Amino acid sequence: MEIDLGKSILGRNEELARENRRLFDSAGVFVLDVLASPGAGKTSTILATIAALRDRYRIAVVEGDIASKVDAEKVRAHGIPAVQINTGGACHLESDMVRRAVDTLDLGELDLVILENVGNLVCPTEFDLGQHARVMILSVPEGHDKPYKYPNIFQIAEVVILNKVDTMPMFDFDEADFRDVMRRLNPAAPIFPMAATKGEGVEKWATWLAARIEGVRAR
Amino acid sequence: MHEAGITRTIIDTAVEAVEEEGGTRINQIDVTVGELTDFVDDALQFAFEAMKADTIASDAVLVISRLPARSRCVMPECTTEFEHGRFDIECPKCGNPFNELVQGRELRIDRIDFD
Repeated sequence: MEIDLGKSILGRNEELARENRRLFDSAGVFVLDVLASPGAGKTSTILATIAALRDRYRIAVVEGDIASKVDAEKVRAHGIPAVQINTGGACHLESDMVRRAVDTLDLGELDLVILENVGNLVCPTEFDLGQHARVMILSVPEGHDKPYKYPNIFQIAEVVILNKVDTMPMFDFDEADFRDVMRRLNPAAPIFPMAATKGEGVEKWATWLAARIEGVRAR
Repeated sequence: MHEAGITRTIIDTAVEAVEEEGGTRINQIDVTVGELTDFVDDALQFAFEAMKADTIASDAVLVISRLPARSRCVMPECTTEFEHGRFDIECPKCGNPFNELVQGRELRIDRIDFD
């Protein structure tokens, strides 16, 4: 016997992601998913973003890591609410984890929630979380050829940050080649060069993000 | 490897659908995977072999079909539909690089053969 199922294998996660997005929309909260390798500077970029926008917007952070709460503690030290998700070995966040985390936050009192995904360039790409935008952070020491090796994540991101640009003289990073491959992979994505720990280039990124936050608040 | 979680979902979904129909044994599960996903056939097969034991799918075969990526040119005067790889997704007719993906990110269970 045969059953014609035609069912999406990620269907349940996609359903929950749609529910999350409805929840965020109705609360007028913009949700940003942050993707990168381990060590690219996700937490530093988040802290720099908070410093640039905290006077204008009420911000909270959801930290996804396989174990520990060190990232959430770093964010809390700046007086920003942070929830730590420990995936317990899972290599990416899923919609149900995000939902449980944001349920501990008061969305009515927030304008921006930043989701720091698990450091990984493969697995998070397949799991919609209900976010409004995904930012991919590439750091200079990782090399300009990363998009050739991990094209999917550079393709699904709406915006790209090139971090640690202050280390450019130390590394053989070909920025023109990086921009060229990005044009071929994802021509619509703006690229923001930044040195998050030095505060360099943060303003342009913050301006882009603020415009997107306003878009969700205006709904 | 994220294939393990996906394979668990494939087996659970198939078992549930077949048991609803009163089936007791799954022979074959046909799935479709788009070329733009990061799912690897070998990893899916490996996880499937490991996870099917002790289920009604213990003797089942997983058949994976891959779908190429296709996009449609968004320029109203063009609207060409074309197949492409991960790179160079500009329209082959008019050169416009901003296109709408119509196929390539699928991950779905198509058919289950059972007794």
